Amino acid sequence: MEQVTKRYWKGVEELRNDATYVKNAQSEFAEPSGSDLQSLIDGTNAPRRDFLKTLGFGMAAVSLAACEAPVRKAIPYLNKPEGTFPTISDYYASTFTDGGDHASIIVETREGRPIKIEGNPLSSLSRGGTTARVQASLLSLYDNEKLKGPKRGETDIDWATADKEIISQLSTIAARGGAIRIVSSTIASPSTKAVIADFVAKYPSARHIVYDANSASGIIQANQASFGKAVVPSYDFSKAKTIVSIGADFLGTWVAPLDHAKPYAKTRKIGAVGGGNKEMSRHYQFETILSMTGANADYRGTYKPSQEGLVVANLYNKVAAKLGGTAVNVSPVTVQYLDKAAADLIASRGAAVVVSGSNDPNVQILVNALNSLLGSYSSTINLNVPVNYRQGNDQQMNAFIDELKGGRVQAVMFYMANPVYDHPRGAEIADALPKVGLSLSFGDRADETGSLVKYMTPAPHFLECWNDTEPKAGFYSLTQPAITHIFKTRQMQSSLLTWAGKSNDFQEYVRSYWRTNLFPKATGFTTFDEFWIKSLHDGVFEPASATVAAGGATFAGNVAAASTGISQRYKPTTGIEVALYEKVGMGTGSQANNPWIQEFPDPVSKACWDNYAAVSQKTATDLGVEQNETLKIEVAGKSVELPVLVQPGQADQTVAIAIGYGRSKSGKCANGVGQNAYPLASVIGGTVSMAAVNAAVSKAGGRHEIAQTQTHETVMGRRAVLQEGILARYKKNPKEGRYEPKVETSEGAVTPTDITLWHGYGKPNHSWGMVIDLNSCIGCGACVVGCISENNTPTVGRDEVLARREMHWMRIDRYYSSDADFESMGAIEGYRALEVASANPEVTFQPMLCQHCSNAPCETVCPVLATTHSTEGLNQMTYNRCIGTRYCANNCPYKVRRFNWFKYHDEDKFDYQFNNDLGKMVINPDVTVRARGVIEKCSFCVQRIQEGKLTAKKERRRPLPDEIQSACAQACPTDAIIFGDMNNPESTISKVLSTELNERAFHVLEEINVRPQIAYLTKIRNKEEGPKQETTQETHA
Amino acid sequence: MKVKFDYKLVVMSRLSRFCGALTLAALLLFHGGQMNAQDSTAAQGGGGPAAATPAAAAGGGGDVAKGKELFENNCKTCHNVTAEALVGPGLAGVRQRTPGDAWLQKWIKNSSALIATGDAYAVKIFNQFNKTQMTSFTNLSDGDIKSILDYIDSESAPKAAAVPGTPAPAGGGNVATTAASSGPSELFTFVLVALLVVMLLVLGVLLVIVTILSKAVAPQTGDALVGTQTTPLVQRIRNGLVGTVNNSTVRTVAIWLFLFVATKMSIDGLYSIGIQQGYAPKQPIAYSHKLHAGQYKIDCNYCHTGVNKGKSAHIPSANICMNCHGVIKKESPEIQKIYAAIEQNKPIEWIRVHNLPDLAYFNHSQHVNVGNVQCQTCHGEIQKMEVVEQRSSLTMGWCIDCHRKTEVNTKDNAYYDKLVALHRKETKEPLKVANIGGLECSKCHY
Repeated sequence: MEQVTKRYWKGVEELRNDATYVKNAQSEFAEPSGSDLQSLIDGTNAPRRDFLKTLGFGMAAVSLAACEAPVRKAIPYLNKPEGTFPTISDYYASTFTDGGDHASIIVETREGRPIKIEGNPLSSLSRGGTTARVQASLLSLYDNEKLKGPKRGETDIDWATADKEIISQLSTIAARGGAIRIVSSTIASPSTKAVIADFVAKYPSARHIVYDANSASGIIQANQASFGKAVVPSYDFSKAKTIVSIGADFLGTWVAPLDHAKPYAKTRKIGAVGGGNKEMSRHYQFETILSMTGANADYRGTYKPSQEGLVVANLYNKVAAKLGGTAVNVSPVTVQYLDKAAADLIASRGAAVVVSGSNDPNVQILVNALNSLLGSYSSTINLNVPVNYRQGNDQQMNAFIDELKGGRVQAVMFYMANPVYDHPRGAEIADALPKVGLSLSFGDRADETGSLVKYMTPAPHFLECWNDTEPKAGFYSLTQPAITHIFKTRQMQSSLLTWAGKSNDFQEYVRSYWRTNLFPKATGFTTFDEFWIKSLHDGVFEPASATVAAGGATFAGNVAAASTGISQRYKPTTGIEVALYEKVGMGTGSQANNPWIQEFPDPVSKACWDNYAAVSQKTATDLGVEQNETLKIEVAGKSVELPVLVQPGQADQTVAIAIGYGRSKSGKCANGVGQNAYPLASVIGGTVSMAAVNAAVSKAGGRHEIAQTQTHETVMGRRAVLQEGILARYKKNPKEGRYEPKVETSEGAVTPTDITLWHGYGKPNHSWGMVIDLNSCIGCGACVVGCISENNTPTVGRDEVLARREMHWMRIDRYYSSDADFESMGAIEGYRALEVASANPEVTFQPMLCQHCSNAPCETVCPVLATTHSTEGLNQMTYNRCIGTRYCANNCPYKVRRFNWFKYHDEDKFDYQFNNDLGKMVINPDVTVRARGVIEKCSFCVQRIQEGKLTAKKERRRPLPDEIQSACAQACPTDAIIFGDMNNPESTISKVLSTELNERAFHVLEEINVRPQIAYLTKIRNKEEGPKQETTQETHA
Repeated sequence: MKVKFDYKLVVMSRLSRFCGALTLAALLLFHGGQMNAQDSTAAQGGGGPAAATPAAAAGGGGDVAKGKELFENNCKTCHNVTAEALVGPGLAGVRQRTPGDAWLQKWIKNSSALIATGDAYAVKIFNQFNKTQMTSFTNLSDGDIKSILDYIDSESAPKAAAVPGTPAPAGGGNVATTAASSGPSELFTFVLVALLVVMLLVLGVLLVIVTILSKAVAPQTGDALVGTQTTPLVQRIRNGLVGTVNNSTVRTVAIWLFLFVATKMSIDGLYSIGIQQGYAPKQPIAYSHKLHAGQYKIDCNYCHTGVNKGKSAHIPSANICMNCHGVIKKESPEIQKIYAAIEQNKPIEWIRVHNLPDLAYFNHSQHVNVGNVQCQTCHGEIQKMEVVEQRSSLTMGWCIDCHRKTEVNTKDNAYYDKLVALHRKETKEPLKVANIGGLECSKCHY
């Protein structure tokens, strides 16, 4: 900088250095005296004159500001890449990777930046579906708190320096035979495994340790013991007639929920969406918490964690007694519907499946024995084609931690792993890490583990990487970068290759791996390049040879030994037990600094921005606590204090806590949100147990409000909102559960649609509509995050959610059933009782979004015509015309309109993704970012409709049936949401409605005759007709 | 570089336009019919370079038409049909000056091979044009080449002056603008102004008559009124005016009139906020559309590659400029700026002329590709602009107005078949954009 010798004063005050000057020197504007300004803003004590003054000034300022036309630049490419056009999206097939979770995806990019993730329909695993986490992972790419380059301690260094120093240290350590350890979560990439093998070849004392935060190590061990195959098999729920899950949240979090969703939903679809099918699978769920999967079950029973092994063993005994297996000697346990489950399993032998979420090998051996008896290994469970989502080995990890504590590890590297945070023995690792000679982390931030290592060699987000994945044996998926590296990061594979003294071009490495190992499996290609380009284009390579039928597995496990182990471990307790679980959105906490994930309401509890101590109503009463009061939970000297959330359907005498929260070094979104529950887990018999049977639980005396997006628990018997029935009756009458309201007139009762004040709107061209099948909606919320991502919905934060100001255009209403006996109680008592959810409720998920009413109540009350109707059946919202009276939101019977209380995209208070330049890159340029003071709501993805129509017009044709998809419909992993043109007889929606309009299809609140464009299909449960159900049904009437 | 929108200039131009309008209005009194004719020409003025090309002149038959098509698809980027050189030489009289058709066929199909044979004329041409390689057109048959040459001959043959209107002189720009953007509403204004002028004239004449008459009458009023009698006319008018001003009715009317006019002006003023019609900022490179699109008739699509594909028409990237300027006028200081940008790897930062607010969605391909709207319809006579200027107001009223008036381009587009059939059933009126939902909010705002 130029040397300044002269000095200028702003005024004499500065020269004199007055006290007042010094005081105000740093503040550009004088502080308003007292709270005048504040009261003016609040409107608490604003005199009319002041208000008028402010208003007048505001008007003048606005008109003056408007006069100044800003100079805007138009900056073209210097050298435009051929085939890429600004404002036109490009799509790349890639693979989502987060620890062991994988999904084949299509990435939509605009001008070189990814703006949306969709499922890849060519993948036979995800079948085009996504999960909330997959959808949200896009935002993690634009996380501004990631490391911008390599670091030594706190010092930024360049890659050359890092490489030089690390190689020299590695060489020294390897020369003296010192232990080098690479610790990672599950790696399903064959190329990456080859890279690690190359690294080990160079440094022979290196070992690769794999662990998973939510481990399936027990399953792998059990399969080794039972079949000699240390794998997790693949499950095909589509072949199952009876599904029994014991603590496995297989649709939400267990192993490969995305792969399970569509086959499971296939067995639940009936009527037109199920191809005329009238049969459903029957799903039993036995669990401690009320999981999302449990919420979908037909019959559900609860147990305490200390009973888990006994439940499996008892079920085994019941089945074995009929099917000729050896009974085991365990104490009996009483769980509702267990006998019924056994009977159904036996009846559907050969088309049954039992899964267990337990990480105890003994329990899993019994599950294997049970499945073996049921003949599942030749139908629903395929050991010949194992999945690679969970390869963690708890014993190996334990041995490593012992080694580390003993000072026997000289170098350690962490990749996609944060064991200090997410391993029960994390604290021990934290203590031992500083003593290790060379420690480094490939993590994208200095997280709990990363902040303790000597070098940070950050790896980029998966959307910036080359890679491949083999999520299921023989099924490959490629990862290709959709954006150049945002920061000076380097893939872990390139780093390892550099340190191993090889070329660090990992793209070429993957290519040559595929050339050598996969090209020979491919058929129909003459050259490798042809094969490679096709694979890159498709994103997946699934040779026909990979599909191997299930069968050939002979159970050889020791049932007696397993049952002895179970008897020893599972003993009755009298105290309160703790169950740890993974949330559908948050997962293991690796994506905790993602605002979309944080604000994603849990499918069952509808809580966001926190974890909490979930207890049943009975336990809460026993403990003398109410919702939001804090509980202190102490397990083996470690304790957490969490607010209580009363969770219907949870086992009494248990407290459930979600893992993944309580991050301390993840970023401003995640830090301090909730408490870390991993330390409460323990290692029992070599495997991690996500439960604690000896917890001390007491009232802590504090209070912490839990932000829930839905606080009303039941539907209050309003069948106009939710219509449900049972399969047995549906088979006799397809209108089972339908409620068809009538309106009394002078000419007698008529259907509400027969009388109207309005003339209605013609829909000559298109009529966009939606059908939501409540039977196949599993409540996973992929649509919710898909909508956020597509429509630039702001994140508002915990405080605003508490103030009921969340902005999600799409919500999934979750309703519990009630035990209230309305008939005998009378109206007042009856309604009061209806509000209370059952102890073990039936749960229904109902996605709720703008219904695009043809007689829309919002339109008639808007004083400025900001919301109007289109000729295509859309209820249009024009933000620039809206003046924010919120009459429309008041008049909306579905409560789907959202008001922008703040300037979320620029306000410091909402430091989530919109208010920094990097985060703004996630914005979909086709959708307006809404200003403060306007109402917004679901637009049926009108930008996609317009784009689809334009594509058709440019090609001089009509849009193809189902060509245009809304973001929610596209994200749905079970195809529960069907979107399309109801005027096109060829579209799926028209075909479904042509039969279902007289059967299962209903409109919510039909009696008010708003004529929505969205129809729901009744929820049908595969339950038997019985007197109990009869009364429940009546109370819903 | 920061370029500010100069409002004074606009005011000036508006003033001068107003003067022009007055003059025109006066003319209109006598030549009303002519004005209408001019108006319709102006409305059709959206031909674009392609439309402005003289219709295939005299004779030639099928071959010439085919040749024209081939020429436009293959040659036009680098060659003129006139004698003027573009990237390559102007082609007027090419048959006469070259060794003949056979030579030309060889040259067009593979010029480098011909040069390699050492053909004297080929080498001469090659050197004359800075050793620029001509693209080989192996796909053209001998017949095709003959058609092209026939077409060139027919073009260079003397013909009736069908050249489009010569560019207006610099000073006359404003009048041209007025004419170009004048619709019936402006015509109406002219009529009003003209009427006003007539009324003022009538008023003047009446005043004169009154003065003469009062003078004539005055002497006969008798002696009693000597005082008044001697009062000069000016004095009497003054007295009359004072009386009028003191008259409360007149005052009230005047105040109301003033208020009315002031309100109207304020509202009009407020409505014009944010409208940048006439905005013509200085660009970092003095690129002339007049030269490229007007004189050389380079197709708009050649540079604005996205106009048929997507939302943005695309400001061309520097490599598109380099297709021609790799050879032509390399030494020009303006073109050196492109070279500098490429060397420094810094994209050229053009000033955006047409700014739509973010809340409005506009897609070029919908209008140009599907709607077959000419560029000039919205951008004005871009082929005559030295510096690009925003000719249309780009207000919502302007959009809507066009959507109300414009017929949907339904020809050969199966998308519209159903809509056309439905419309036919109801009315015989042509199908306008407004009839198929073109005025609905969510067509542009989402």
